[in-house]
Amino acid sequence: MNSRTRAIVLATGLAVLAAVPPVAGLLNQPFYLDLVRRIMIFAIAALSLNLILGYGGMISFGHAAYLGIGAYAVGVLAHYGIDNGFLQWALAIGASALVALVIGAVSIRTSGVYFIMITLAFTQMLYYLGISVEEFGGDDGMRLAAKSQFGLIDLNDGNAFYYLVLAVLVLFLFLGHRLVNSRFGMVIRAARSNEARTRSIGFSPYPYRLAAFVIAGAMCGLAGALLVNHTAYLTPEFMNWTRSGELMFMVILGGTASIAGPVLGAFALLLVEDALSGWTQHWQLILGPLLVLSVLFFRRGLAGLLFGKNE
Amino acid sequence: MDIVLVLEQALNGLQLGVMLFLMAAGLTLVFGIMNLVNLAHGSFYMVGAYLATYFYQLTGSFTFGALLGLAGTLAVGIVVELVALRTLYERDHLDQVLATFGLILFFNELMAILWGRAAIYATLPDYLSGHVELFAGVRYPLYRLVIIAVGLAVAGLLWFVVARTRLGMLIRAGASNRTMVAALGVNIRLLYTLVFGAGAALAGLAGLMSGPIHVVQPGMGELILIEVFVVIVIGGIGSIRGALAGALIVGMVDTLGRAFVRPMLATVLSPSAADTAGPALASMLIYLLMAVVLALRPQGLFPARS
Repeated sequence: MNSRTRAIVLATGLAVLAAVPPVAGLLNQPFYLDLVRRIMIFAIAALSLNLILGYGGMISFGHAAYLGIGAYAVGVLAHYGIDNGFLQWALAIGASALVALVIGAVSIRTSGVYFIMITLAFTQMLYYLGISVEEFGGDDGMRLAAKSQFGLIDLNDGNAFYYLVLAVLVLFLFLGHRLVNSRFGMVIRAARSNEARTRSIGFSPYPYRLAAFVIAGAMCGLAGALLVNHTAYLTPEFMNWTRSGELMFMVILGGTASIAGPVLGAFALLLVEDALSGWTQHWQLILGPLLVLSVLFFRRGLAGLLFGKNE
Repeated sequence: MDIVLVLEQALNGLQLGVMLFLMAAGLTLVFGIMNLVNLAHGSFYMVGAYLATYFYQLTGSFTFGALLGLAGTLAVGIVVELVALRTLYERDHLDQVLATFGLILFFNELMAILWGRAAIYATLPDYLSGHVELFAGVRYPLYRLVIIAVGLAVAGLLWFVVARTRLGMLIRAGASNRTMVAALGVNIRLLYTLVFGAGAALAGLAGLMSGPIHVVQPGMGELILIEVFVVIVIGGIGSIRGALAGALIVGMVDTLGRAFVRPMLATVLSPSAADTAGPALASMLIYLLMAVVLALRPQGLFPARS
C-alpha cells in the first residue's frame, strides 16, 4: 500500500471520528459520544506506549502509572480549588515526565524480562501510594471537584470536550510520526534492532531510550488528565496493573509498526470489551482466551492487515 | 518497641518470606529452564486456594483438602502447559506476557463463576488453630509456624531434587542447553511439562496455605505475584538460591516495615504526619529496596550461572 492510499485511509478514519458527535446527536444516543471519547483517550495512551514499546523495543508493563499521575495532578489541584486547565495540564505533563525520568533511569539500565517486571513493580508502588493517601480518597478515590477550566472551551459541553480529545489525538499522531522519522527516532529504532551496531556507529542508546521513555510518559500523562475529566472521578484504579496490560494489548492488537496502529487496537479492544460486557457479566471468560488466541495466531496486528507489511 | 513484638513480627516476616519463596521458586525455574515469563503463575496460587477450600468442605478433612487441592493445581498446571503455553516457549517475552495476561482474566472469571465473587474465609481445623508458647510470655499462632516449617521443608526438598538427583541433573542440563539435552535422547518436552506442573503445584501450595490467613477471592494471585516479581528481580532471575534469599529479604522488609515504619516516623515527625506518611512509605518499601538493588547490581543478588 503506498503512502497515498494510506493518507486516504487515515483521512477517512478521522472524518468518521469527527462525524460521531453530530450523528450521535441526531440519533439521540449520547452514550456513543461518551464511548468513542473514552476510546480515543485510551488510544492516546496506547499511542504513547507504542513509541517505547513498538519503536524502542522497551516492553513497559507499567504505562498506566502515567495515566494515574496525570489524573492525580488534575484531581489534586482541583481538590485545592485550582481549576485552571492550563496549569493543571502542565502539571500533569510535567509530573508524568518527572516520574518517567526516575522510573526510566533505573529501569533502562536493565533489559528483557527484568525491564518488564521492574516497570510493573514501580507502577504497583505508585498504585499502593495512591491507595494509602487518605487525603485524596485512598482506596475509594474521590470525585473530581471541577472539570479543567480553559476559558473558551467548556469541558462540560460533551461535544466540545470530544473535539478537544480528537484534536489531541491528531496532534499526537502527527508528533509521533515526526518523532519516529526524525534522527532521534532513527537512533531509537536502530537500538531496538541491533544495540551493538548502534553503539559501534557512535550512539550510546541509554540517553536516547531515556528521552523516549520520558516523552512517552509525558504524553500518557496528558491522556490521564483527559481521562479524569472524562470520568469526573479519580481513583488509584487508573494505575491498576491490568490497565497497563490493556494498553499493551491495544498496541499489539493494532500493530507496532505504525503510529496509527495502537489507535486501531484501542478501538478493537474496547469495542469488543463493550460488546462482550453488554452480553454477559462473565465477559472476561471470553475475552481472556480471545486475547491468548490473538497473540498466538494474529501476529501482525490490525494495521498490518489494513496497510500491508511496512518496514 | 519491645523485644516480644519484634520477635513476633520477625516470625511473620519469615512466614511471608517462605510463602513468597514457594511462588518464586516455580516462577524462576520456569523462566530459567523454559525461558518463559508466566504472569498466570498467580492464577495457580488462586486455584490452589479455591480447590483446597472446596475439598476441605467436601471431605471435612483439612489434610485431604490440601492434598486434593495440590493434586488439582498440578493437573491444572499441566493442562495449561499442554494447551496454551507449550507453543509460547519459542516466542519473545512480549507475546508470553500478553498471552498469560489473557489467561489471568480467564481464570479470575472462572473462579468467580464457580465460587462467586465474594471473598471466602477458609477455616482451620482445631488441631492447627490456637497458639503455642515459644518461651515464657511469647505466644505465636501454631498455623503460621506450620507454614514456616512446610516452606523450609519444601525449600530443602527442592534443593535436594535439583542438586542431588538424576531429574535435577536433567533440569539443570535443560536450563543450560536444551538442544544438547534433547539430542542425548531426553524427552525435553515431557521434562518441561513436569517442571511447569511442579511449579504450578508449588504456587498452589502457597495459595492453599495462605487461604486461612488471608481471604480466598478472585484476583488474589496477582497481588502476591507482583511481590514475587520483586523477589526474583532482587534475587536474580532463574536462580533458586536467589529466589530464597530474595523471598526472605522481601518478606522481612515488608512485614517489619508495615509494623515499625510508622512508630519510628512518629519519633521524628508529628503523630499526624507519621500517620499519613507511615503506611505510604511502608507499602513502597520493597519497591524502593528493589530500585536500590538494581542500581547497584542490575542482575540481582545471586545471578543464575549460565
